Parts: sequence; C-alpha cells; structure tokens
Amino acid sequence: MEQLTTVVDWSRAQFALTAIYHRLFVPLTLGLGLIIAIMETIYYRTRSEKWLATTKFWMTIFGVNFAIGVATGIILEFEFGTNWSNYSWFVGDIFGAPLAIEGILAFFMESTFIAVMFFGWKKVSPRFHLVSTWLTAIGAGLSALWILVANAWMQYPAGCEFNPSTMRNEMTSFWQVALSPMAVSKVLHTVTSCWALGGAFVVGVCGWMLLRKRNIGHCQRSLKVGAWVGMVGIILTSITGDTSAVTVARYQPMKLAAMEGLYDGSSEQSIVAMGIMRPGKQPADGQDPFVFDVSIPYGLSLLATHDPHGYVPGINDILAGRLNGPDDSTSLSVAQRMERGKNVKTLIADYHTATRSGNKVAADSLKAAIKDDFSHFGYGYLDTPEEAVPNVPLTFYTFHVMVTIGGWLVLFFALALLFVYKPAIVERARWRRLWYWLCIITVPLTYLCSACGWVVAEVGRQPWTIQDLMPNKVAISDLTAGYVQTTFWIFAVVFTALLVADVSIICKQIAKKSVCDLDRSEL
Amino acid sequence: MTTYYILQNYWWLIMSVLGAVLVFMLFVQGGQSMLLQSGDEKQRAMMVRSLGRKWELTFTTLVTFGGAFFASFPRFYSTSFGGAYWLWMAILFSFVIQAISYEYRAKAGNVYGRRFYDTLLLVNGVAGPLLLGVAVAGMFFGAEFTVTKARILDVQAATISQWGPLHGLEAIACWKNLLFGLMVFFLARTLASLYFINNIDDDALRARQRQLLKVNGAIFVVLFLATAAVILTSGGVAVDDDGNARWVDYRYLTNYLTMWWALIFLLLGVVLVLWGVGKTLADIAFNKGIWATGAGTVLVVMSLFWVLGYNGTAYYPSLLDVQSSLTLRNSSSSEFTLTVMSVVSVLVPFVIAYIAYCWRAMDHDKITTEEV
Repeated sequence: MEQLTTVVDWSRAQFALTAIYHRLFVPLTLGLGLIIAIMETIYYRTRSEKWLATTKFWMTIFGVNFAIGVATGIILEFEFGTNWSNYSWFVGDIFGAPLAIEGILAFFMESTFIAVMFFGWKKVSPRFHLVSTWLTAIGAGLSALWILVANAWMQYPAGCEFNPSTMRNEMTSFWQVALSPMAVSKVLHTVTSCWALGGAFVVGVCGWMLLRKRNIGHCQRSLKVGAWVGMVGIILTSITGDTSAVTVARYQPMKLAAMEGLYDGSSEQSIVAMGIMRPGKQPADGQDPFVFDVSIPYGLSLLATHDPHGYVPGINDILAGRLNGPDDSTSLSVAQRMERGKNVKTLIADYHTATRSGNKVAADSLKAAIKDDFSHFGYGYLDTPEEAVPNVPLTFYTFHVMVTIGGWLVLFFALALLFVYKPAIVERARWRRLWYWLCIITVPLTYLCSACGWVVAEVGRQPWTIQDLMPNKVAISDLTAGYVQTTFWIFAVVFTALLVADVSIICKQIAKKSVCDLDRSEL
Repeated sequence: MTTYYILQNYWWLIMSVLGAVLVFMLFVQGGQSMLLQSGDEKQRAMMVRSLGRKWELTFTTLVTFGGAFFASFPRFYSTSFGGAYWLWMAILFSFVIQAISYEYRAKAGNVYGRRFYDTLLLVNGVAGPLLLGVAVAGMFFGAEFTVTKARILDVQAATISQWGPLHGLEAIACWKNLLFGLMVFFLARTLASLYFINNIDDDALRARQRQLLKVNGAIFVVLFLATAAVILTSGGVAVDDDGNARWVDYRYLTNYLTMWWALIFLLLGVVLVLWGVGKTLADIAFNKGIWATGAGTVLVVMSLFWVLGYNGTAYYPSLLDVQSSLTLRNSSSSEFTLTVMSVVSVLVPFVIAYIAYCWRAMDHDKITTEEV
C-alpha cells in the first residue's frame, strides 16, 4: 500500500507539474490571440501602417508563447494513457470524445491558419490573412472549450452510465456531457479569465515601455485594445465566477467547504473575507478552524445559494450526511456511502458470476441494483471518511488569493481605461512611474490569480479523479514509483529549461522591438 | 452485420487514414534529420523555413491520432500507453523539444544558441519516426501485456492492464520492431527530399537532395522489402465470433489474400512510391514526386492497418496471454460514442479542404534564397 501511495503521489505530481507549465502559457495564447485579431481588424479597416506594426509586435510574442503551449500540451493528452491508464479505460468512452473533437475541430484549425498568420503576409490577400488570424484565435478558443468540457466532466460526471459487462462508464448523452452546468460555467469562467490575463499582459508590457518613454503611440494603441479586452474579460470572469460558485455548491459541496475553510455550516452562513487557518485542524476536532478571520455576514449563503438565508454545509456536515440542513435525514454520510460503494463492488462481482453461469434473471436484477447505487461506487475504495476531504488550507488560501487579485484586476482595468481615454491624468501626475510599475507588477499577479484558480479547481476535488466515482489511487497505471519519479524529474528539467528560454526570448523581443519605430511597418 | 460492428470498422478505417497521413507528414521529421548534414547555412535556412510551415500539421496529426484512438479504442490507449511507458515517453519528449525549436532557434535571447535547437530538431527527426515505427510494429508483432477487467474492483492492484517490468524498453530492443522503425525513418527522409525538391526553388539544394534521395530511397526500398517479408511470414492472432483468440501462422499474408482490395491498395501504393522516387531521379525537371510518393505512402499504410485489424484479427496481440489481445470488438468505445464521433467525422472533409487550400496558397510561390 505504501508503494501504491508513492506511485499515486508521483503520478499526481507529474500531472500537476505538466499541467502547471501548460497553463502558464495557454491563457496568454487565448487572450493575446483575441487581442491580435482585434488589432488586425482595425488595421484591415483603417489600412493604417501603425496598426499593422502594432499587430506584428504582439504577433511575435504570441508566436513564442504559442510554441511552448503546444509543446507542453501534447504531454497532457498522452499522460492520461501513460500514467492514468485505468482512468483511460474506465471513462475513455466519454472522456476521449472531447479530446478527439478538439483534435479534429480545433487543433487543425489552429495549426493550419497559424502558418498563414505568420508566413502569409505577402502570400495571401489582407482579407484572407485577417480571416486566418481570427480562425487561429477561434481555434485556440475551441481547443480550450473541448478540453474544459472534458475537465468539467471529471468534476461532474453527467450523461453516462456504468456498464457492468464492460466494467466501464459509457456515454448516454453527448449534450449532457458538453452542456452540463459545470461545463458551461467552467468554459466561460476560464476563457474569459484568459482574456483578462491577455489584457493585463498587454497593459503590463506597455507600462514597461512607457516607463522608458519608448513608442508612446504604439503603447496607446495597444492599451486601447488590451485594457478593453481585459476589462470585458474580468467582468465576465466575475459574473461567471458567481455562477461557478453556485455550480460547485450544488455538485461539489466538499470543494466549496474547503474553499471557505468551513467545517460547520449553517443557514445565513457568513463568508470569510480573509483569515488565517489553524494549523493541524482536523474534521470534528472541535477546534475553531481559524486563528484569525474577517467575515461578511450572509456572504457564503448568498454566494452559494443566491439566498442570504440559504443553508451551506461544512466539511463535518458533509461527512455526517447533513447536506441539506442540520436536520437532514435523507442524505447519506460518507461512511454510509463507503458501505454502499463496497456493496456495489460486490454486486458487480456477483453480476459477472451470474453472467458466466447464464443466470439472466439474476444478472438483470443485479444490474438494476448496481445502477441504483453506482453514484457511491468510488467511496468503496476509501479507507476512512476523512479521505474524502481535500487539502483545506491549500484550497482556502488559493481561493482567497484568486478572489483578491480578481478584485484588484477590476479596479486595475477601470483605471487603465480611464488613463487610455484621459492620458493627461497620468502623464502629468507625479505618481505616473508608480502606475507604470503597477502595470508591470499586475502581470505576474494575474498569472498567480490564474494558477490559484486551477489549484482551487483541481486540489478542491481531491481525492477524486472522477467525482465520487474514481479516486486517484484507482486511476493509475501499473508502474513503479521509480519510473514515474524519473520522468517527473526529466519533465521538471526540460520544462524549466524551456520556460527560461521562453521568458528570455519574450523579454528580449520586447526590449529589442521597443527601441524600433513601432509606428512603421513593412509588409 | 450490426450497426455497432460497422461503426467499429468505420473507426478503424478513420484510424488507418489518420495513421497514413501521419506517416506521410513525417517528411517534416525526415527533413529535420538532414538539417545538420547541410553545411550551407543558406540551404539550411531554406529547409527550416520550408519545414517551419508544416511541422504544426504533423504535430496536430499525431495529437489527433492519439485523441481519436482514445475516443474510439480506449482499451488500446489504456493498455499501450500505460504499458509501453518508456517507448511512449521517449516519443513524447522528442515531440516536445521539436515544438519549440522552430520558433526559438533564430530568436535573440534563446539562451542555448541556434545549434542547440537544431540538435533538438535532429533528435526529433531521428527519434520521432524511428520510435513511432517501433510502436506501430508492436501492433504486428505483439507486446507483453495482459488485460483483466475485474481487477478494477481490487483497490490493492486495480490496474486492469498489466505489462512486463521493462515497460516498453523490450519493444525498442526487439529487432523486428527496430527494422520497422528504421524503415519508417528512411521513408521519412525519402519523402523529405521529395518535399524539398518540390517546395524550394534552388538548384544547388535540389541537386543535393537528389543525391540524398538516391541513397535514402535505396535504403528505404531494401528495408521495406525486408519488413514486408517479416510481416507476411509472421503469425498473428485470429479471433472467432465468440471472441476466442488463437495464434495463426501467416495471418497477415492470409489477410492480404482474403481482402483483395487491401492487396490492391498495397500494390498500387508501392508502385506510386517507386514511381515518384524514380521519376524524380530520372527527370531533373520533375519536382512533383512528393505527391505520387506521398499518395503511395498513404495507400500502403492504410492497407497495413486493414490487414492488422480487419478480418477477425487482433490488432494488438498479447505475447503473454492471447485472450488479452486487443481487437476492434473488445477494445472499442460503445456504440453510442462511436455514433457521436461518426457525426463529428463528417467534418473531416471540410478540414482537409481548408488545409489543402491553405497549403496551396502558402506554397504557390516556392521558397528561394531571397525569401530567407
């Protein structure tokens, strides 16, 4: 068992490592792709050489970032097979479809039109080039859509049914998979947050150039597009974040409880605006979860249920089966679900015995019983109820960092837009250098915000690979810990080396081009 | 013949098309393997420019091939990728380092220098085709795995697909697999020479590529004949209607003789491959050999996939337990999923159409020294 845990941990670590690196680059691809497409549209309509130069400037950055996003992405797709082979079999019937659609619809669109976008300035008409730029951006968006649909399905496995004959889950409704509430909120929240990140990146780079008084005209053009995309992005992210909270409250109450460090829930539940969690806090130990906290009355009830009097269960409530209120007698405790889960496994074994012996009546009856209780299947693998609780401090802190930076971004983009249309305010101000520095600092903050969002989403759903159906320890491949450790370190070294090169090239490109005349461009 | 049966066959057909296009697109890797051989910096720049517009398509085809396998035959995905761990990891690493190299190699601030990235392209150019060939060869010659679905109920050892302790290293060490891999590698180099001759308008480069084509083409033909002989004399796993599997001698030869249309594809493909190479070598003004040889490659690879999976043949034989061998019937997705995916596959012709349109638009004017 110790060996198994080690393999599980290393497999998780490897997936987390590759996912973190991938998600460092993809948001910028999505955000910058939209920004470039808008800039080129303005160039197409105005035929202004200045807008062409500005478009090409950002396109260079886009190209460098895109390449490493592609490089880190291929590993993720194949890792489902290499390191999570049981998962691939157990739900490949459902999970594989979005990945294949992503390849057919999105990747080919991106890879075909990005070549036209970079090499086609003199080879195709301006209109066709513009269409290619938009299709590259749309292709990137479609790619995100399908992979996020797949990810959302892991958080809320809808539109499927377990088939005891094949020992796997099979799709029963494609639309329930593609349009589940979790999928819709995840896609919208993530994609719009990428727009915000792209906007912050553009504003930050412009801040650096303005600090050095370089290419002011180019910066003003870039800021106009970047700040608007960022503002629209962060507003939509906030709105969809609210929807996401409701969805999580409904389908992953344990995650919501961890996000808020909530152990004992109630009606009219307050929300912790900021706080320090008590180290070593365990479920049902009677200790206050916080050493210090500032709470807003009714906040969590309002966020999770859109009703200030709504009931929000805490971790202890969920473990005890009080999902719908303190007097809830209909919900099962985690311990009861573990029993049901173990029973389902017995029923499946019996089903196979009945099938082999040709006892169809018994097999049909067992199949019906399996179907009734299959929602508890994954709990049958847990050793203790507490295993169903994710890492609460990590989920809590990352959630609050994300929200705090998100709040700053709303203010930041509002100020950026104000200064775009009233540049005199900042140009004459004594604090203008401070503002430019804020623009620069906001870039890594936005990346941190994006990364925290993913940590909340992925750590908050532990221990599940597929919510309630398959814990991590069952999803892995038959490998030794040493094998996975070896590839982990290879990935760590290679990806870090690539990250160093990527950041270095981007910085160098920005520095190099910032001293050129970005009001002129040659086709 | 049930709808499910037809869908399983249809998706194997799609996999054969994707696999065939992937092998054709490996001309990118073949070209990369020649970059460091080219002492002339201008020629190298033209080759990189030419390949730089296409590498994404090869990469995408590989990713789509993997995604489509996941969606249509998840048990293969689960068994092969998790089992032949080192083989697939080596393939993936080689493609990771390729993806950044085109963009980074000539950029200021790339930290490691241009030659480093050219070396990475070389590594991918050699390892990519060779190891992909080894992986596909394992589908003909078998691999060391077992599949026991009931294990998923046992938390202590829940993995349904078990593999030998070497986890893919033994596949790389198998001479039959290596022969197949080398054949694919030299095919990629042959296709690359034909592609450069077509895509780059430079007399010196074309003359150099004709020389390389002569050598690589000859090695490829020898390796192809040897590989074909090994495959046609190898046994395979036949599966009856009840799903019982057994090893049978000359399985792939029998399949070719039974499925005459696959044999026609094979022969037509071989003729096209040889004609494209021969005509290019014989006629110095002819630069369209890539299309004949490319089409021939696609036909040959498709026919190989067909004898591999159709006619009640296990497309991934298990060397440890023949009943664990993977077939179109026991490894596919459900009928519902295959139906959904089939609806999506209707869009494939549109995808091919816009790729062809863009390819034509971009390659209408050939690459010259002036351009780079």
